[in-house]
Amino acid sequence: MSGNTGMGIFAIFFAATFTSNILLTLYLGMCSFLAVSKQIKTAFGLGLAVIFVMTSTSIINWMIYQWLLIPFDLEYLRYIVFIVTIAAFVQLVEMVIEKTSEALYNALGIFLPLITVNCAILGVSLFMIIREYTLTQSVAFGAGSGTGWLIAIIAMAGIRQKIEKNRIPKGLEGAGIALIIAGIMSMAFMGFTGMIGLN
Amino acid sequence: MRKIKKITVANIGKNNPVFMQILGICSTLAVTNVLENTVVMCLGLIFVTALSNTTVSVLRKWIPSRIRMMVSTLIIASYVILVDIVLKAFVPDISRQLGPYVGLIITNCIIMGRAEAFALNNKPGISFVDGLTSGIGYSYVLLAIAFLRELMGSGTIWGIKVMGDWWVNWSIMVMAPGAFFMLAVFIWVVKGKLIKEETS
Repeated sequence: MSGNTGMGIFAIFFAATFTSNILLTLYLGMCSFLAVSKQIKTAFGLGLAVIFVMTSTSIINWMIYQWLLIPFDLEYLRYIVFIVTIAAFVQLVEMVIEKTSEALYNALGIFLPLITVNCAILGVSLFMIIREYTLTQSVAFGAGSGTGWLIAIIAMAGIRQKIEKNRIPKGLEGAGIALIIAGIMSMAFMGFTGMIGLN
Repeated sequence: MRKIKKITVANIGKNNPVFMQILGICSTLAVTNVLENTVVMCLGLIFVTALSNTTVSVLRKWIPSRIRMMVSTLIIASYVILVDIVLKAFVPDISRQLGPYVGLIITNCIIMGRAEAFALNNKPGISFVDGLTSGIGYSYVLLAIAFLRELMGSGTIWGIKVMGDWWVNWSIMVMAPGAFFMLAVFIWVVKGKLIKEETS
């Protein structure tokens, strides 16, 4: 599994954004993807918040895992530790933003609590451990995955706004049609496979 | 007894976590390309939902409401660690294939949703039933999807070849897009039926 150590950070960034898009090929973060993709503006806000939290928590979790959990043989505690880190970090960011910038809080603040339960964040931390990334690789992976998520949700919101007034079979309204769109988008993203591998 | 029956029917049908509430989609899609993995994942999920619901319910009088999410997350995470260790010990191959998705049971919204919506206001016994049936409601949808995806995508069921030589594998089915389409079709069929029932 140490084949990744030689991989450049740009390769990882682009692979995480396009070839193994966290949403369309790894299915992470679906809940908020389906719930918050009705408007481009809100989708963009949530996407930015995801990039920020994903990158920061992958750094923090990497440090905790490598410098605390491994030396003390506590790897099996990683699930609890990671989720607590993510929840605490999100809470902290929310408080800081609320105190310092009102505009930013109005734009991003409402999305932050949603992010704690976004499985993509925890997923990135878990993947980075399984793939044995170094710290810089983890940063690239976190940022790339976040960017990929942002691209996917914005594209989705754009398409959903377009088809809002179209006639759709009753049973497909809402989640059903969103999943079909996601499937087609996922096929489009499969076109990137083979450019850069990520395993 | 009647209450138990009512909860069971609701969680498996009209209130089903996957196709009615659209919760827990991540793992629904990720692990359903092979039936065997799906069964393991479902058992793990049923175990975690049932027990974490019970635990949250037992502790409900002592959990301060401000930090209740944090407490339920920790309870869920502890059970997930248990599942992870057991899987690693007994079925290491499947555990490796499921990879991070076992850990991601923690953020599966179904479990959190049941803890928030049910376990915090109900007695332990009934919460256990609720967790169990929600887990089952989730599992049978997953199993149905996995069954079809494996059959169409690889021509096998549980790794045994059932389709003859004439069958051409729909390789898209085992890849990401197939999962999205399959779930969409499943939702379409079930919802279409429910709508028909309501109008008639």
